[in-house]
Amino acid sequence: MEQTNNPKKGMAFIIGASSVGTLIEWYDFYIFGMLATIISKQFFPEDSGTSALLSTLAIFAAGFIVRPFGALVFGRLGDLIGRKYTFLLTLILMGGSTFAIGLVPGFKSIGWAAPLIVLALRLVQGLALGGEYGGAATYVAEHAPPHRRGFWTSWIQTTATLGLFLALGVIILIRDTQGVEKFSDEWGGWRYPFWISLLLVIVSILIRLKMSESPMFAKVKAEGKTAVNPLKESFGHRANFKMVLLALFGGVMGQGVIWYTGQFYAQSFLENTVKLEFMQNREILLWSIALATPFFVLFGWLSDRIGRKWIMLTGMLLGVIFYRPIFNSMLKSADVKEWSKTKYSFLKDEIKITMYKGDSVLEIASSYETHDKSRFTRVLIDTLKKGRTEIQEVEQIIVATKKAVYNNKILSPFLKWKFILLIWVMIIFVTMVYGPMAAFLVELFPTKIRYTSMSLPYHIGNGVFGGLVPFLGTLIVEFTKTKDLALGDPLAGLWYPIGIAALCFVIGAIYLPNKIDNNVMD
Amino acid sequence: MNNLKKWLGVVWMLLSPAVVVFMILQAVDKINKATDATKANVTLQWSIILIIFFPICIGFLIFGYYGFKGYYDQLPTKSSEITDY
Repeated sequence: MEQTNNPKKGMAFIIGASSVGTLIEWYDFYIFGMLATIISKQFFPEDSGTSALLSTLAIFAAGFIVRPFGALVFGRLGDLIGRKYTFLLTLILMGGSTFAIGLVPGFKSIGWAAPLIVLALRLVQGLALGGEYGGAATYVAEHAPPHRRGFWTSWIQTTATLGLFLALGVIILIRDTQGVEKFSDEWGGWRYPFWISLLLVIVSILIRLKMSESPMFAKVKAEGKTAVNPLKESFGHRANFKMVLLALFGGVMGQGVIWYTGQFYAQSFLENTVKLEFMQNREILLWSIALATPFFVLFGWLSDRIGRKWIMLTGMLLGVIFYRPIFNSMLKSADVKEWSKTKYSFLKDEIKITMYKGDSVLEIASSYETHDKSRFTRVLIDTLKKGRTEIQEVEQIIVATKKAVYNNKILSPFLKWKFILLIWVMIIFVTMVYGPMAAFLVELFPTKIRYTSMSLPYHIGNGVFGGLVPFLGTLIVEFTKTKDLALGDPLAGLWYPIGIAALCFVIGAIYLPNKIDNNVMD
Repeated sequence: MNNLKKWLGVVWMLLSPAVVVFMILQAVDKINKATDATKANVTLQWSIILIIFFPICIGFLIFGYYGFKGYYDQLPTKSSEITDY
């Protein structure tokens, strides 16, 4: 089987066709997470915001939990019937379920049927994603010449981050065009990203239909050497199962937490802990992703020269060392107490009195601007007794010892670029661990059970360990809440990714080989 | 290096049940501390975490065992070493 004589144009088509589909699957998967707050309001009862958010997070987690099952189901199919038709099927399932989520009426219209349908569709999304990546990575790797496998597969590795970029961009564009209120309505603009998916998927399916089967799989199939039972051969025999475990604990587990901390957790931290304004938070992430994405390809290329292992492990180690200083720097840089030490000016007051559960609630939002053009809003909220809305009563309560909340922070241009740099650095760690990952996984397993064998550790590491970073991070912060520290230690959530990345680094450093497998045809 | 792999295998084998026990204790503690209003959510969260991580911990235990038995001393160089059962 000739592996090295693919014409460049053919290779570009193979990579393009595989990558576009994978990118769309990531896009589909991420829009749900990014719109979690709105989705929780639309599909869950309004009795408690926290309850709704947690319900959505549970669905979010469920999406990640079913990914390993998707890896098993579609990995098996991919090793039995071929890569091409399997990742075509995952694309259809993903596109269909994403589009359908955008069509489900809210809780107000159909009651508990709404969250149940959304949960079911989310599970289908998770299953489909579980089958997609392994197929695309295997397909490209099985076409690539050995000395460029890291480089070519690194294009597939850009798709997860670019999917995030696309999802962010589409949401921001629609929200900005439509306005926040209309965007958040039951049938508002938040549904458009789900509907757009259908168009993207149709285009991608048409492209993928033109692709041919992987040459290595075609050869194995022609020789009648395909696996009879890929699951048993992958996980039932020690010789292969030990490599599955090694891939998971010595590579993908650390990659997963680095990926999610640098991108998702960072975004959630800026929004919920630092209290950055919605649009600026997204803008910072978009810039960082755009500037860091070429490094996936750079590190993929580099891995063809110096091996995969130490590039990936260095990325993990840097995360372990620098996460706390980076997050701490962001927290301190946006601390209003620090901003208030220098001169700042008052911009405006917005006073609202609304009813909440039979009480009248007062909210005073005062906006300020610092000398270097950072802005923040100081919000005082208090509950007034029924019928006590007279201004003099209000003033008495404002003067009382109520704690102000600072939110909607807009960073000055200097601080904004500082934050972009900090997030960029964390995404560089991501590119180091993730860029060479596909080539690394492909080279660990034989052709006939490759799809199954590499998909499971990938989706446990990335989906479970990585996907639960925001969930477990929030949970750990909850544990640190005391009477004296009502909000808990805002950096405590980082101990989970730091611990997992450190453990993975030790295992990888000691157990993993640094060889580049020139022959993945067998 | 092979000795290190072997003895670290013991560490992984010990770490694995320790993590399970720690998580179960945490789950019981947090569920007990939850108020009536939040109990369902907290129980759900911890159930999810335990269901996910229990099999992973078993995998980690097996990984440690393989390390201890020396199965990682020599990694395969050809697919035939993996597939010829």
